[in-house]
Amino acid sequence: MSVRVTEAPAPVVGAGQPLLSVRGVKTYYGNIIALKGVDLDVNQGEIVTLIGANGAGKSTLMMTIFGSPRAREGRITFAGTDITQLPTHEIARLRISQSPEGRRVFPRMTVYENLQMGAAINDFAHFDEDVERMFALFPRLKERIGQRGGTLSGGEQQMLAIARALMARPKLLLLDEPSLGLAPLIVKQIFDAIRELNRKEGLTVFLVEQNAYHALKLAHRGYVMVNGVITMSGGGRELLADPQVRAAYLEGGHH
Amino acid sequence: MEVFLQQLINGLTLGSIYGLIAIGYTMVFGIIGMVNFAHGDVFMVGGFIALILFMLITAWLGVAVIPALILVLVCGMALTGLWNWTIERVAYRPLRGSFRLAPLISAIGMSIFLSNLVQVIQGPRNKPLPPMIQGTITVMGEGSNTVVLAYKQIVIMVVTALLLAVFWWLVQKTPLGRAQRACEQDRKMAALLGIDVDRTISITFVIGAALAAVAGVMYLMYYGVVNFADGFVPGVKAFTAAVLGGIGSLPGAVIGGLLIGLIETMWSAYFTIDYKDVAAFSILAITLIFLPTGILGRPEVEKV
Ligand SMILES: Nc1ncnc2c1ncn2[C@@H]1O[C@H](COP(=O)(O)OP(=O)(O)O)[C@@H](O)[C@H]1O
Ligand SMILES: [Mg+2]
Repeated sequence: MSVRVTEAPAPVVGAGQPLLSVRGVKTYYGNIIALKGVDLDVNQGEIVTLIGANGAGKSTLMMTIFGSPRAREGRITFAGTDITQLPTHEIARLRISQSPEGRRVFPRMTVYENLQMGAAINDFAHFDEDVERMFALFPRLKERIGQRGGTLSGGEQQMLAIARALMARPKLLLLDEPSLGLAPLIVKQIFDAIRELNRKEGLTVFLVEQNAYHALKLAHRGYVMVNGVITMSGGGRELLADPQVRAAYLEGGHH
Repeated sequence: MEVFLQQLINGLTLGSIYGLIAIGYTMVFGIIGMVNFAHGDVFMVGGFIALILFMLITAWLGVAVIPALILVLVCGMALTGLWNWTIERVAYRPLRGSFRLAPLISAIGMSIFLSNLVQVIQGPRNKPLPPMIQGTITVMGEGSNTVVLAYKQIVIMVVTALLLAVFWWLVQKTPLGRAQRACEQDRKMAALLGIDVDRTISITFVIGAALAAVAGVMYLMYYGVVNFADGFVPGVKAFTAAVLGGIGSLPGAVIGGLLIGLIETMWSAYFTIDYKDVAAFSILAITLIFLPTGILGRPEVEKV
């Protein structure tokens, strides 16, 4: 890691420079601006969550980190490397993994093949060992091993998307709405798995959620995005207690 | 009965050639959603490369037929693959992300360019190859009612079967094949997993061309001649095969190829040889109207 000093505020957890830093990022779809200058940090070992209404630009930020779409202005650095202009597949090779919006499981590949795809960047070193870890984390996947991704239930697809992302042994895991459309029991299972990975293996997680209550309870820190800008940030519990956040994202939501 | 069996043999031989070409159409369509109009001409170029190599190796160097054939196959696949790799880089990749018809138009241009290039370099007339593999086996019957299997037909079918087995293994079992299928199903996701999508597309063009090169060698061996215009009709037939089998489906391409080969030979035997090409093209039209997803076409529900 290099020793570039950023002007970022002192992180709440961990010291030194952030693992992921987003500075003044603007992203457009054609002429329409979706991110209007986003600043955000994720430190080593943290779970950070980004909450915001539908259409705020959360998924756009997740994909912009991977350069697809590319940021038109601003800078994104990962582990001290400027990745703003790097091709998407090279960003992935720096060990950032994503379980994207809509899960994007390969529909005509089996569960096993989907996991193999996840391990592509580390040339299948420790593949068998990692598959066993995934089966321990999500036993359901083991039962579905030979089944095609497209025939799995929504919850199973979500587990597979997360497991596939983990097969790369990422330094940073991006999760885009892992709870979307899932039964509460499965949501709990998935959030427990994320917490366990973070505690036991020190995995750094950047989580996008509409399900603000669970996400803020899980996260060390959180950001709130409105219309392509960050409007609030703070500790998970702190945001959870904030009257504005409660009014906008929690009241009437799932608890 | 004898006529039927004989045409079955001939149809399967011809169908093997169409199937090999059809795979190139179907793979490229699968991964970038483009009908590669120049693919038939790549097959024709493969035939010419084979012709030149055959001449060099057998006439000048005096290598025996079987090793010569293997050498021609290997070199022909490599050269044709390289050729198609270049075409993709020059004519298609710069247009990716442009409007939908742009690469298609570029492919039509490339098709015209290739056939004209060969016409200029090699001349407009049929180029003959001295018979390489002669001899036949009489399968059954006697007198004028015999069913014969030529050695060259055996070679064509065996080489095709072997190659398809290797190809199937490549696509199903290797990381390269998996990356190829992943790009076909969701290019963006493949990139998120660290797959170099552009490189994978390039490799798809190389593999498609290598198979077309083998088809070119087989075609040359079977008919004994190749012509600058030979990309067109076999190309459209192979494309028909890909559509009939279900475009995007690899087994579909092979099945479609065999069916088109059979239909063509049966038509020639039982109706009239004059309209055999019309038969193939009618099937394209009928398939598109009544069975637009083809025999092994993907049901829509599986799309994401
Ligand atoms: N592919 C796209 N093309 C054009 N506009 C898009 C595209 N994806 C998202 N948008 C727009 O960008 C804005 C942010 O969308 P998104 O990042 O998906 O929000 P969120 O994930 O917070 O729900 C929305 O106004 C959405 O309509
Ligand atoms: Mg979203």
